[in-house]
Amino acid sequence: MNLHEYQAKQLFAEYGLPVSKGIAVDTPAAAGLATAEIGGDKWVIKVQVHAGGRGKAGGVKLVDSAAAAEEFADQWLGKNLVTYQTDARGQPVHKVLVEACLEISQELYLGAVIDRSTRRVVFMASVEGGVEIEKVAQETPEKILKTTIDPLTGAQPFQGRDLAFRLGLSGVQVKQFTQLFLGLARLFHNLDLALLEINPLVITAAGNLHCLDGKINIDGNALYRQPKLQEMHDPSQEDEREARAAKWDLNYVALDGNIGCMVNGAGLAMGTMDIVQLYGGSPANFLDVGGGTTRERVAEAFKIILSDENVSAVLVNIFGGIVRCDLIAEGVVGAVQEIGVDVPVVVRLEGNNAEQGRAVLEKSGVNIIAAASLSDAAEKVVAAAGGAQ
Amino acid sequence: MSILVDNNTRVICQGFTGSQGTFHSEQALAYGTQMVGGVTPGKGGQLHLGLPVFNSVREACAETGADASVIYVPAAFCKDSILEAANTGIKLIVCITEGIPTLDMLVAKEKCDRSGVRLVGPNCPGVITPGQCKIGIMPGHIHQPGKVGIVSRSGTLTYEAVKQTTDYGFGQSSCVGIGGDPIPGSNFIDILGLFEADEQTEAIVMIGEIGGTAEEEAAAFIKTNISKPVLAYIAGVTAPVGKRMGHAGAIISGGKGTADEKFSALQDAGVKTVRSLADIGSGLSELTGW
Repeated sequence: MNLHEYQAKQLFAEYGLPVSKGIAVDTPAAAGLATAEIGGDKWVIKVQVHAGGRGKAGGVKLVDSAAAAEEFADQWLGKNLVTYQTDARGQPVHKVLVEACLEISQELYLGAVIDRSTRRVVFMASVEGGVEIEKVAQETPEKILKTTIDPLTGAQPFQGRDLAFRLGLSGVQVKQFTQLFLGLARLFHNLDLALLEINPLVITAAGNLHCLDGKINIDGNALYRQPKLQEMHDPSQEDEREARAAKWDLNYVALDGNIGCMVNGAGLAMGTMDIVQLYGGSPANFLDVGGGTTRERVAEAFKIILSDENVSAVLVNIFGGIVRCDLIAEGVVGAVQEIGVDVPVVVRLEGNNAEQGRAVLEKSGVNIIAAASLSDAAEKVVAAAGGAQ
Repeated sequence: MSILVDNNTRVICQGFTGSQGTFHSEQALAYGTQMVGGVTPGKGGQLHLGLPVFNSVREACAETGADASVIYVPAAFCKDSILEAANTGIKLIVCITEGIPTLDMLVAKEKCDRSGVRLVGPNCPGVITPGQCKIGIMPGHIHQPGKVGIVSRSGTLTYEAVKQTTDYGFGQSSCVGIGGDPIPGSNFIDILGLFEADEQTEAIVMIGEIGGTAEEEAAAFIKTNISKPVLAYIAGVTAPVGKRMGHAGAIISGGKGTADEKFSALQDAGVKTVRSLADIGSGLSELTGW
């Protein structure tokens, strides 16, 4: 689960990390009032969406009056921001963050992530902060300094000092950086983060370290024990169908094609999409109905798949491990009858009670195309959807 | 021979009296697995499925001489269960549960490594040596004793590979689901090394997925350490690049992790790859001349 910048900064502040005074607002009038409350004569105003690249997309502005802040808020609130990290529709803007403006002398990068290879939380820092950090990592990986956290001892001050000196910091900045590093490590650990990023981490004109941006991603598996973070969830930033699917424990991702896919198991769901494409088709979605599939969930899965107007055929591919294929078949027949599916449905059942499952499909009288194998299923569904593209 | 488990493996179940533990222990017993008891704190002294229930793993191991434990406890309690089992010095822990917080797994995996305990999973179907020992949730009936070692990150994809190797009459030496989580107890390299050393295993099927760099690391390992024929399939060629937030994920992987990169790394290592999931059996036949 992602957080907005203003939420990340609230958490930073709670952990004693240096952030600007800022107010997140949802009306133009409130944006104007926020400038007065913050004080000063220059402010930065930033749209709050779950995506990077906001600056380049016009979602960040330096303003010098309440009227200009109101104008910017009015321009963006209720609209969508499209950046290189979003899809073509972009992400809806429901809040803008008004902040005090700072004089900046240098931009650094600081991030932390769970690294699968080393099986450690890894902190990364670089003097090449700012928008081009991804390019820096690819072209000059030696400019990304790293330190790994031992899961049994946690982050230690020496690691922060080491990073600080390697970044070329000196004097009070080393101490500030070490405090920042330890605070972030504590935050990462206590709040079950999967990713944390401050880009840029700046050195102000006065020579102090300051968190100018904040991105936080939380481990979804750990949300159950983070009630405060659950309240920060913003469903408006997620695909509506994906959110609806999640309510039924269905894992759904919308794609651009026309062949709806319903599969059990994430790996098999991806493998099914791949084989559809190999046969010249184009998958409309990824959908994992999970292990303990019931008739109700199959019906709900059909509804979600068919809510995509591009879908012109559906492929159901189930490998019954523990779950019985005859029960799945009944679920499919029931769903097709109940919601009146009017596109061709190709079904491939394999595994536990597959024969009985196929018999259920045949006897049902509903318009279902039975497939004998995975290849056969892919071929049939591509044909049913209007042939290879 | 086989890897990890055989008909001498004595297995206990943590979360024994819960619905998952009960159902899958029944299935394992029916398959012929040597289940010797289970653990549910507070229910020690009872009998369940005709087997003794213990309050702790320590007690269960002392009383039954178990050398493997399978974990079905809910995700929130898995770290504790893994650490408890690791603390007894049991040789093999298979954790089936999905949804364990990643930070919990960092600690559990580190502790298992330092204790010399092999952990398989979490979020996996388990381990099976056909005809001898089934630990996990895989359907036993699709397996057949034989000569192919299968290692996979995905449950249902493993079943596809198993079914095809059974249909072709090759059978399986052992099948290991290492699980789809970011921090697996065992990775491809761990299991590939075991298959290389196993006399019964004549060829290896490896099934990967997009994300992470486990397949690329496995490819480098195969190049220098594996002499047996290896066939690989990677799921997710058509998977979209997800909406990302920030750059840290991309930085750490150095832009790796796509299916195409994994396919080419494996091909460079001399591995035969198939692009269609349906071609695992036929691909293996071509590769080995069987």
